[in-house]
Amino acid sequence: MSDPVLRNSYNQPDAKGRFGQFGGQYVPETLMPLVLELNAAWHDAKNDPAFWAEFNSLMTHFVGRPSPLYFAERLTAHHGGAKIYFKREELNHTGAHKINNCIGQILLAKRMGRKRIIAETGAGQHGVASATVCARFDLPCIVYMGATDVERQKPNVFRMGLLGAKVSPVTNGQGTLKDAMNEALRDWVTNVHDTYYMIGTAAGMHPYPEMVRDFQSVIGKETREQILEMEGRLPDALIACVGGGSNAIGMFHPFIDYDTVKLVGVEASGHGLDVYNGHASSLNGGRPGVLHGNRTYLLQDEDGQILEGHSISAGLDYPGIGPEHAHLFDTGRAKYVTCTDLEALEAFQLTCKLEGIIPALESSHAIAKVGDLAREVGKGGIVVLNLSGRGDKDIATVAKHMGEQNGSALS
Amino acid sequence: MSVARIDKRFAELKAENKSAFIAYVMAGDPDLETTFDILKGLPAAGADIIELGFPFSDPMAEGPTIQRAAERSLAAGTKLRDVFALVKRFREIDQDTPIILMGYMNPVEYLGYDRFAQTASEAGADGLIVVDCPPEEADALSDALDANDIALIRLATPTTDADRLLTVVKRTRGFIYYVSVAGVTGVKEANADAIAEAVARVREAANLPVAVGFGIRSADSAASIARIADAAVVGSALVDEIKHWLSNRDATEQTESLLENGTASAKVLEKATVLAQAVHSARLAAKG
Repeated sequence: MSDPVLRNSYNQPDAKGRFGQFGGQYVPETLMPLVLELNAAWHDAKNDPAFWAEFNSLMTHFVGRPSPLYFAERLTAHHGGAKIYFKREELNHTGAHKINNCIGQILLAKRMGRKRIIAETGAGQHGVASATVCARFDLPCIVYMGATDVERQKPNVFRMGLLGAKVSPVTNGQGTLKDAMNEALRDWVTNVHDTYYMIGTAAGMHPYPEMVRDFQSVIGKETREQILEMEGRLPDALIACVGGGSNAIGMFHPFIDYDTVKLVGVEASGHGLDVYNGHASSLNGGRPGVLHGNRTYLLQDEDGQILEGHSISAGLDYPGIGPEHAHLFDTGRAKYVTCTDLEALEAFQLTCKLEGIIPALESSHAIAKVGDLAREVGKGGIVVLNLSGRGDKDIATVAKHMGEQNGSALS
Repeated sequence: MSVARIDKRFAELKAENKSAFIAYVMAGDPDLETTFDILKGLPAAGADIIELGFPFSDPMAEGPTIQRAAERSLAAGTKLRDVFALVKRFREIDQDTPIILMGYMNPVEYLGYDRFAQTASEAGADGLIVVDCPPEEADALSDALDANDIALIRLATPTTDADRLLTVVKRTRGFIYYVSVAGVTGVKEANADAIAEAVARVREAANLPVAVGFGIRSADSAASIARIADAAVVGSALVDEIKHWLSNRDATEQTESLLENGTASAKVLEKATVLAQAVHSARLAAKG
């Protein structure tokens, strides 16, 4: 039996918010005092048991945690390798892991006395989670969302409206997540006196990558306890999709110290890694640079201009990645593979049929690669996949694609 | 020359009891030749210092005007090397007007700090403003710029308190840029009364000239800033002239109207002349 004691020798980021050479605080001076104030408030909260007591209580009674760890028996049989478990984050209130972070940040915003919440969203899952906690805690919420994403994620736009949030479509650029983030930063710089910026992923300026990771680490901590109880040992590998990378880092972080546990992130490679500006694989197809407050791997051209990238999944359609993933990639502690739109769509349909679960297109990227990993680990092994969100929001996208496939098959 | 060119310019203006007029232009908006025509004409129009923006795809501190200017520039294919080439061409005809490059971190990172500083210096640039590089992240960049005698000009803002001001002014050279409003460029209007105290505070902490920008849109507000600051920076109001010229051009197909529309550079220089006069006569008018 493996060491059941929780280790914590991994100690990133440093005081300046650096994970190795990545991270930092690249923000305009207007925001700098706010970011420093946020950092101080976060460290104060982090060391306050009362803060975590409230967080945990909401996790249990509002979010519905712990989320189940589920043995995906038919998918396991289908692939014929290691046992595949799903960490069922899609069963959380609001249907994804995003709510874990929003609960933490809304408690911090209240603690700081902020009166107005802004957020960016891609797929709309973080927007819905932000709108949800703002309704619960009675704070006005403005969600910036790329106009393209507003179009492809209509059910979530409607949800946010029901929850009382104002969705502000962003038409700059290609109208996706990075443009939404630019606009949210412009709002923040304009409304410094009363506004809290609720970033949805483990990226951006310090302390966000650390803070979001710590809130999302509930995923990995529960997974560790659950697998020890169900299997009596730690898993051989973990796998999760990465856009900004919050569900993956939440899953990975409590296991980083355990060298026997492989960590595998799955980047979206859209139309293919070899298609210029046709993928969203920042690690496998980008290079280090500075955007949105941190140094990390970015999709960029030969003059340092940021590329839009592409993924069928709005939640992965982002030209950067959290700085801790950049660090884990460089050190080799985690491995990052890629998955195309088509592979994700196939995995989406396979999971519906084999497991009776409609996964988010984001999570489908991880599912598409879990077979390779299960075979690599082999029979007798254990692989845990973070099923980060449910796919109801994606059915129109998938239906459109299946229609196109059927159409071309008939012609 | 470089940092000395900036110092000399401020010293000359101080001797005349004048505030400096700093004109901002986005390189390559809508094309490089227009920008060169503007640069060429700016000293005669009364610009004491020129801020030359280099475009970035994600300018997170800009309002719509400068965002669109960057988009137009990138759509026209502007590269960083084109921006350096503009500076070089300008230096061949003008050795006295300081040029400050202004933009975002990633293009600088991509080229590399040393190479950026060296190339900028060889082209004849004198200073650099990087909007998303606070002092906490600037040491390596400062080293590279110092080695090439380029001033890293820091920003102070309404959210910069007295303690933080000490961090901001460290290693800054040339002048300090006081961002007069909490917000993006070109949207909120600066209030001269409210910022007079801040300018005095920044000047004392830095012992350098203080330029004020981000919210100056009219000759009147430029004049009121000129009375209290060492320089007034105007960006969006000049860039707007290009936007108007482009929409006039697109709205008409009549040759006569097109002739009336003139050139984009002439429109910008016309506006710059009015603003420069307001800035330069502000203190005399106040005395009179």
